Amino acid sequence: MEKPLTHHIDSNKGPLTIAEWEAIGGYRSLRTAFQSAPKDIIKMISDSGLMGRGGAGFNTGFKMGAVPQGENAPKTKYLICNADEMEPGTFKDRWLLEGAPHQLIEGMIVAAHAISATCAYIFLRGEYKVAQRALENAVKEAYEKGYLGKNILGTDYSLEFHVHMSAGRYICGEETALINALEGRRAIPRAKPPFPQTSGLWGKPTLVQNVETLSNLSHIVNNGPAWFKSLGLANDAGTKLFGVSGKVKTPGAFELPMGTPVREIFEKYGGGMRDGLKFKAFLPGGASTDFLLESHLDLPMEYTSFAKAGTRMGTGQMIVLDDQTCPVGMILNLEKFFKQESCGFCTPCRDGLSWTARTLDAIECGKGEMRDIEILQRHARLLGPGNTFCALAPGAASPLATGLRIFADEFEEHIREKRCRYENLHR
Amino acid sequence: MQLESNQLSQHEKEEIDKEILKFPIKQSACLEALMIVQHGRGYVSDGMLKVVAEYLEMSATELDSIATFYNLIYRKPVGKNVIRICDSVSCWIMGYDKLCAKVCSDVGANLGETSKDGLFTVLPTQCLGTCDHAPAMLVGENLHRDLTVDNVTGVLDSYRGEGQ
Repeated sequence: MEKPLTHHIDSNKGPLTIAEWEAIGGYRSLRTAFQSAPKDIIKMISDSGLMGRGGAGFNTGFKMGAVPQGENAPKTKYLICNADEMEPGTFKDRWLLEGAPHQLIEGMIVAAHAISATCAYIFLRGEYKVAQRALENAVKEAYEKGYLGKNILGTDYSLEFHVHMSAGRYICGEETALINALEGRRAIPRAKPPFPQTSGLWGKPTLVQNVETLSNLSHIVNNGPAWFKSLGLANDAGTKLFGVSGKVKTPGAFELPMGTPVREIFEKYGGGMRDGLKFKAFLPGGASTDFLLESHLDLPMEYTSFAKAGTRMGTGQMIVLDDQTCPVGMILNLEKFFKQESCGFCTPCRDGLSWTARTLDAIECGKGEMRDIEILQRHARLLGPGNTFCALAPGAASPLATGLRIFADEFEEHIREKRCRYENLHR
Repeated sequence: MQLESNQLSQHEKEEIDKEILKFPIKQSACLEALMIVQHGRGYVSDGMLKVVAEYLEMSATELDSIATFYNLIYRKPVGKNVIRICDSVSCWIMGYDKLCAKVCSDVGANLGETSKDGLFTVLPTQCLGTCDHAPAMLVGENLHRDLTVDNVTGVLDSYRGEGQ
């Protein structure tokens, strides 16, 4: 089984140096990329079927193609790597950032050249200090070797490259909020359109892509779109960094073919539930995805199959709920997170999430009333897509709406019995 | 060296100037500037906020709206070691509630407070991206993982010794 993104990472050893990266073919893709017309590279990425690995699953080549090109396009353009990993239950980008910084930088140069960007930023989570040191050192090495800076590989292409440390807010992962943050403004999302591809950072065309997405690019350029497509087992192309957390035997992140059945990720790689615990439900990819049940374990883990099933894979890093953890408590935890991380700019999100968390807290503490369930259902609907400025609140509504449905009996029991029967296990 | 409470030191100015070069406009370096000030002084006081805003040619009000937005900028003094316990979902499933109670009782401060000896401030934090080793917490810049109510006391003690 091919693992292009991680086979070279040894977590006990620290990141590959530039010499080690070059020894396994690193930076080779730049020669191909620089000898090709930008539009051919974008077509290659489009043809590969690479979909954004941040969770939305948008076609990467298509997004790149929306950046204006040609003589009439603005001369200054930006590429931003979104390395603000903060989706609860997601721990994949850390692996790539700490283990293979040159893989990311190489992919970023490929993307930057393809959209004729003049400057690139890595927008890194403030808490990822090990990644910061790895990246800053790798950037320095790449400058010294002439892969970054003026006239890369003797061509007339130049790229300025910076690492920016953020300071801890989930909303900065939303690409227009990220752009405001990088400009030195309060990180609230912007209205779309205009999309960042036409008017982004300081009003210039800007492409924002996730760490894992960009890390794939050098391999696609080296091996071609057909190879990338062949890696997937079902509809979607490539490999994906999947993960399992919760009370399973061997939690971890695993690079596996896109379309690997959820059950295989959970049982074979995650080891299944710890002894004495039973599987109850799971979130497939972070806090902003639906609660799913045993029947979903046979889905191929990929964007397309999940969309067909009427749900979303998100980051593909599953969080497992066992039979001895309170589902109401878990939903309360998720909604408290979203309440805390709401940027406060639009009213439904700011007030609705606050109200949701308070209502859930009352139920979990045995002070709920039966009509609270209806209040929560209404919030799940009103915080859903189309009613708020960005995707944060719809993300919060996903586990809330599905949780209310799946765990209806448990909600009612909390209210009827005026207590949480899991109480002593957690508090 | 004692840092003045109402002006940037030469060193701070040089550090901020380096960051400004990364961006087309000065204001864009404001988060970096706040971090530099906080690094040397522990937190960003009202006085320093005004000085930084002036240096970056932006309004103090706007800078404060940014400073207060972020979890890693402290607008009040904090203890020598800031403990940030992950309270997101995977850590919660793996025992955040008990861990948090244990940490608070060990250091003698509730969430959001600083211990009387000034050694520790305890804060919650969002997902630290290490969910396969939950529960986890940061002490300063150091990540501690696979914590239990039994092993966390030892971790905290390692910050109490001399030189810490």
